[in-house]
Amino acid sequence: MSGWEQTAVTLLTFLPAAGAIVVALIPRGRDRAAQVLGVLFTGGALVVGIAVLFGFDYGAGGGYQFELQTTWITSLGVGYHVGIDGISLPLVELTLLTTFLCAVYCMNRMPPGGSPKALISLMLLLETGMLGTFVALDLMLFFVFWEMVLVPMYFMIGVWGSGNRQYAATKFFLFTFFGSVFMLLAFIGTAFQADPHTFDIVLLQRSGSAISHTLQLVLFGGMFLGFAVKVPMWPLHTWLPDAHTEAPTVGSVLLAGVLLKMGAYGFIRIALPLLPYAAVKFAPYIAVLAGIAIVYASLACLAQRDLKRLIAYSSVGHMGFVMLGIATLTPLGIDAAIFGMVAHGVITGMLFFEVGSIYDRYHTRQLADLGGGMMQIMPRMGAVFWLTCIASLGLPGLAGFWGEVLSLFAAYNPAAGLSVPLYRTIMVFGGIGTILTAGYLLWTVQRVNMGVLPDRWGQAGATLVDTSRGEWVAWAPLVVLMVLLGLVPSLIFSITNDAVTAISHVIGVVP
Amino acid sequence: MNIDFHAILPELIMTGTILVVLLFDAFLSERRKQVTMVVGLLGSVAALIATLTLIGEHRSTFGGMFVVDPFSVLFDVFFLVSAIVVLGLSLRYMQDGRYYQGEYYVLLLSAFLGCLVMPSSRDLIMLFISLELVSAPGFLIAAFRKTDPKSNEAGLKYFLIGVLSSAVMLYGMSLIFGVTGTTRLDGIATALAGKAGDLNITLAAIVLVVAGFAFKVSSVPFHFWAPDTYEGAPMPVAAFLSVPSKAAGFAGLLQLMFIAFLPKADFWAPIFAVLSILTMTLGNLVALRQRQMVRLLAYSSVAQAGYMLLPFALVTVGDAGVNHAAFSSAVLYILVYGVMSLGAFAVVIGLAREAPGALIEDYSGMIHRAPVLAVAMTAFLVSLGGVPPTAGFWAKFGIFSAAIDRGGLGPWLAAIMVINSVISLGYYLMVARTMVLSPAADERRARVPGLVGALALLGVLVVIAVGIYPDLFARFPQGATLLGH
Repeated sequence: MSGWEQTAVTLLTFLPAAGAIVVALIPRGRDRAAQVLGVLFTGGALVVGIAVLFGFDYGAGGGYQFELQTTWITSLGVGYHVGIDGISLPLVELTLLTTFLCAVYCMNRMPPGGSPKALISLMLLLETGMLGTFVALDLMLFFVFWEMVLVPMYFMIGVWGSGNRQYAATKFFLFTFFGSVFMLLAFIGTAFQADPHTFDIVLLQRSGSAISHTLQLVLFGGMFLGFAVKVPMWPLHTWLPDAHTEAPTVGSVLLAGVLLKMGAYGFIRIALPLLPYAAVKFAPYIAVLAGIAIVYASLACLAQRDLKRLIAYSSVGHMGFVMLGIATLTPLGIDAAIFGMVAHGVITGMLFFEVGSIYDRYHTRQLADLGGGMMQIMPRMGAVFWLTCIASLGLPGLAGFWGEVLSLFAAYNPAAGLSVPLYRTIMVFGGIGTILTAGYLLWTVQRVNMGVLPDRWGQAGATLVDTSRGEWVAWAPLVVLMVLLGLVPSLIFSITNDAVTAISHVIGVVP
Repeated sequence: MNIDFHAILPELIMTGTILVVLLFDAFLSERRKQVTMVVGLLGSVAALIATLTLIGEHRSTFGGMFVVDPFSVLFDVFFLVSAIVVLGLSLRYMQDGRYYQGEYYVLLLSAFLGCLVMPSSRDLIMLFISLELVSAPGFLIAAFRKTDPKSNEAGLKYFLIGVLSSAVMLYGMSLIFGVTGTTRLDGIATALAGKAGDLNITLAAIVLVVAGFAFKVSSVPFHFWAPDTYEGAPMPVAAFLSVPSKAAGFAGLLQLMFIAFLPKADFWAPIFAVLSILTMTLGNLVALRQRQMVRLLAYSSVAQAGYMLLPFALVTVGDAGVNHAAFSSAVLYILVYGVMSLGAFAVVIGLAREAPGALIEDYSGMIHRAPVLAVAMTAFLVSLGGVPPTAGFWAKFGIFSAAIDRGGLGPWLAAIMVINSVISLGYYLMVARTMVLSPAADERRARVPGLVGALALLGVLVVIAVGIYPDLFARFPQGATLLGH
């Protein structure tokens, strides 16, 4: 088993990249083959992922499993070190599942604008970047994977996107790159503070608190820029509505479902444990920004006329809850954050699938043009949309509930050394945010699902066919997860708990 | 005096090749002039093989003026591979444009001979000769598009600024000789480490010598010639000026600064900090506004020179670790820059028939017309911008590491370089966006010379392979250090 344990993570990470090369080499015009290969390679990675899920030792405490450590760039002192623990495992599985479902979705609904072969190839490359970010245990390896998602996503938005795609793609790229280069400097700075110099995250976790306090603040500032742009935290979020709105359906699903989690994961895996002193100093500011994001995003959502843009803005708010959970620096808050990330990935991924299918049928995303009445003509589509929206607003019994409510709970009692009144104030604003969130989502459901179908759609009714079989195949797992995670939240918490506790010990309580 | 012929074998072969090309040219009919390129190519390959036999050697001849060591071998291999690539890029371009091919190849190879001698020169006079040998043929071939006033302007500008800076540098060298009493680089170092001569004159002399090389590497404020010259010169000549010629300047600069002037690093390192910041910032900001591809690449190459100057600013007297890291990162950046920049020029030359004016809008939708070249260009540009997993990222990473490890001013310089990388992606992405995302004006397949396309593809493979496994390149500079002589 040891050979398998060492190679499994590497295998599932690079299988999609191998697929990207294979797909790129398919001769011109064989689009069907590209689509099938896309499903096969993402499916293959998913199978490995499921095997890992079963091989994972849940009783082992917080350590890393399926670890592989070897040399990579000896001349620059960078190693190849991968592994997973309870924090990364749910995110890895989420990535594998989401990408697989996107590949399945692409079997039937290929966005126009460029060759399908290229899209599948980019999507597979993107998957390797996302997976690698979650499994990397070396700062430079993490950074390479982190940046690897930029180019595929840039072209995904730029080639297959809608109207304003070039602007959105460039903005996405430059924003993320701007943040991440400072993160890179902070990584190098952190590594050179260790003795001997190392980029290994596990080793750095042990020696993190040895860095002087002033320097920790500077380094944390650099990492903050990189991670916060990606999350995105208010006020660095402005790339998100553009990118999500213009991206093709699978691009939006992957952006919202997985890419945003990379930032929050970076905080949990790298910034907090490596720079514990700075984490405590920065946490209140992060919490304030998160609180602003929650309220601001829900207000912005109330003002949106474009359905896709509305859902894009809702991501800012949901990631606000995730960041609030992290900013409490408590095990409960971080647990809630990870749960929130998975739930948001499932729910918002599903919402973007829905919006894509609605657009395919109506050829508009303007709420005013849709005019309501979807339940009348497409009852199944309407039902799924309704279910996803109330999951998104955090109704108990569905996946969205636990992440939000527990991060608010955690804010009631933040870690020692953090200002309790401040966090409780933010908690109140978060609570107001949940009410506003419920408001705009219910209003959205009303404007899309309810009412009477306008006449103009009645005449064009032939195109308004209900959910197809291909869509069901891609959506069913997400719908099931939405309900399952809501009813049995321990599915996630039992995985994350030990690892989060271990991380919290590293963060500790710094006076 | 005993001459070590093995040590100078690559240079001898190159000299012989130049003579053979000259001879062939006289006897070839007008339609068969391209044979001179083949002769040049064979000679370069032979010189490359001769260089490879010198790997690991430490030789010295002509009384220590000419040295063969891992540093010189590394750069000679780099120059000869560049020579092969530039010759390959020239073939169809020079045929299509009906240039005097024989003369062109003679001049080009002469310039490469200068490049070959440069990293072996451990004497001020040798350095001066090799620098002139690189520049003088360059003046001529920059003006090789005789009927185009822009090309005349290119040659003249390059000539005037080149000659001026040579004069300044020569004056500086004479002062150095006056102060130290020697032209040997190691001798100068020994003298400067002691209390020889007037300090003010020494420092003034160092500034003057640096100014001469700053022209060669197109550093601000000596960069004015670069955009006009690149634009007016035939495209393969622009590729030559952008890579081998610039690398030769850096090879000379490395030897001067890391051997001869090292004891005075406290004085000159801050000068390099200023030069580096100005060069990268100005290059990037002006590049943002370019609408012509070769001019854009010219300003990009100015900015890149700024990155390569940064390690010089890190040098600290007496801190071998920092100096070694700075040296290695500079050499690594030069090697990687060579691949990326030659690759970008290969794409532009490959598409020269489709976009003779090289306006960026001419490249709209090239992904549909020449998919391989469009993807290749994207890879080169992304690499120039420093996005992983490409070679350019690791080159930048090397400099960042050296800068941050040094502390003091270093992290600030790294931060400025990082901001510059973001700015540079603004225009690199603009080109990639035009080629990949914009619709094509017409859908005809582009006619790309096969050799140029193959070279571009090879470049992409190197950029990606080094990006995934940087040790392919990164281990060379470590063994090629000039420190500790």
